[in-house]
Amino acid sequence: MLLKQVHFKSSALPYLLVAPQIIITLIFFIWPASQALFQSLLLEDAFGLSSEFVWLDNFKELFEDEHYINAFGRTLFFSGMVAATSLSFSLVLAAMADRVIKGTGIYRTLLIWPYAVAPVVAGALWVFMFYPTTGIISTTLNSMGYEWNHQLKGDQAMFLVIMAAAWKQVSYNFLFFLAAMQAIPKSLIEAAAIDGASPVKRFWTIIFPLITPTTFFLLVINVVYAFFETFGIIHVVTKGGPAKATEILVYKVFNDGFVGLDLGGSAAQSVILMVVVIALTTFQFKYIERKVEY
Amino acid sequence: MSHVILKAIEKTYPNGYKAIHGVDLEVEDGEFIVLVGPSGCGKSTLLRMVAGLETITDGEVHIAGRKVNELEPSQRDIAMVFQNYALYPHMTVYKNMAYGLKNLGTPKDEIEQRVNDAARLLEIDGLLDRRPKQLSGGQRQRVAMGRAIVRKPTVFLFDEPLSNLDAKLRVQMRLMIKTLQTDLETTTLYVTHDQVEAMTMADRLVVMNDGIAEQIGTPTELYDKPATLFVAGFIGSPAMNFVDSQFAEEGKSVLLNNLNLPVIQKIETDVTEIVLGFRPEHIELNDQGPIELVVDIIENLGVESIIHAHLKDSSISIVVRQTESLIVPKGEIIRAHIPAQKLHFFDKNTGKSLE
Repeated sequence: MLLKQVHFKSSALPYLLVAPQIIITLIFFIWPASQALFQSLLLEDAFGLSSEFVWLDNFKELFEDEHYINAFGRTLFFSGMVAATSLSFSLVLAAMADRVIKGTGIYRTLLIWPYAVAPVVAGALWVFMFYPTTGIISTTLNSMGYEWNHQLKGDQAMFLVIMAAAWKQVSYNFLFFLAAMQAIPKSLIEAAAIDGASPVKRFWTIIFPLITPTTFFLLVINVVYAFFETFGIIHVVTKGGPAKATEILVYKVFNDGFVGLDLGGSAAQSVILMVVVIALTTFQFKYIERKVEY
Repeated sequence: MSHVILKAIEKTYPNGYKAIHGVDLEVEDGEFIVLVGPSGCGKSTLLRMVAGLETITDGEVHIAGRKVNELEPSQRDIAMVFQNYALYPHMTVYKNMAYGLKNLGTPKDEIEQRVNDAARLLEIDGLLDRRPKQLSGGQRQRVAMGRAIVRKPTVFLFDEPLSNLDAKLRVQMRLMIKTLQTDLETTTLYVTHDQVEAMTMADRLVVMNDGIAEQIGTPTELYDKPATLFVAGFIGSPAMNFVDSQFAEEGKSVLLNNLNLPVIQKIETDVTEIVLGFRPEHIELNDQGPIELVVDIIENLGVESIIHAHLKDSSISIVVRQTESLIVPKGEIIRAHIPAQKLHFFDKNTGKSLE
């Protein structure tokens, strides 16, 4: 393959050009990451007055800790549910938007809006609707005889954070799904229509298989999102409660480190999360590199 | 009884653009009809309306005795071959061909039988396990054909099926489609912008322009008696020569610049501004001919030569086609003659033929 190469006369210029990116990576990723790596090997007292090098004791302790193992399982459940909910909702919405002829712009704008909402605001929105005493949905549920109180009931709290997190991700997924669907040549759908496939059948036998690459890509993106970017929502909606029912891994890092002041343990947790995100990203890149192409 | 009937078909798009201005057409059973015209003339739209992929604004479409205006494409008993073939990229060739039958609930062994038969007919039986991506253009074209014929529809619709192929393959596929259609005796509507394809394949042609059918007729009719200026200019290559003209001597002759050419019979008309048309291949080079042409350039194709010239003492350019190779230097004067029966006359304002 012929590679396009740009040749610079002086050797300083290219380095100068990539410097901003390198500096940002160094300051905001490499440095804190190495700090975390180092700290995860330390045992510190709550006031930071003394620290002791304990090798991998923090990690060993974590994997023996029932709470940590539970949080891990909870996180898997949470991210699985968030990904499944938001993917299926946005798939349905995109399939419908793809068929809309009039007013396409309005539908799309409305569906893209949630993505512009900050996680904390999104969380607050759902809290308003489901607040046990004054929320519009919770009072409706209560009046219908279903007792809603996510501040007391763990499963309801989990449901709420899943919904809030999934809702925010629907827009993103919707955009990608819609783009993928619109990239399918129209004549394929027409050929299928002539071949006697109903709209539903056309979707499952033609459209859905053809957007598989996008679906896989979004699945990874959504799991990463649910793992790492839902802190704001959880913090606002449940603070990880009740009784740690919604404490997922990122939230536990914060809770143990900044509330519980177990800095070494918290650092060890974030190192584990780092490994998870690296694994997921590698998986995704490998997958995209391979590209399911027809 | 005609197999496909179009009655005063009109199409207006939601944005107000009127694509089809009332087309009438009756297609006999087993007939091969080619819709031909320049891009944007509405030929594909018309085909898609027959297929049910476009709604019909006004008029009626009947297929095999049924009015199909409101029917879904799948209920019209048609099969269509698309320009880009529209093969399902995630399915094997076999599955591509079986898809329509499967949707109809055809028993599995019958599907297998019919797909294998069609594949053998099209000589793609070795490719059934491949994906469309692994096929060449010509092979994809065959698969698209196969997908159409396994369903044994009453009408085949082709939407410029050969325009993505290279010239050599196009000739091959042209013959194959024509042979196949003759064997299967399936009524066919075929859209193309290529007049060679149109003339060679059609039983009858529909020449479309700006959403109307300018003329419907056999290739010979269209060539010999074009009904309008448009058809005259569209059919034939190189295109017919047109010269603004008038009748003279009370309609017994016609003017070519300052020459009087006698006409074969007097034409009764009030039209004063006419267009005189004659085909490049009907100009006979003749030393005694009355027409003096100044040669501009000669395109020598071996089997024939095309002379671009202009009338002496005028700027009217004339193209002459000769079935022998000819070498004449630029600026030389050649004399020519046009047989009276090869002259065509059109109303300059309406474009209609005056014959």
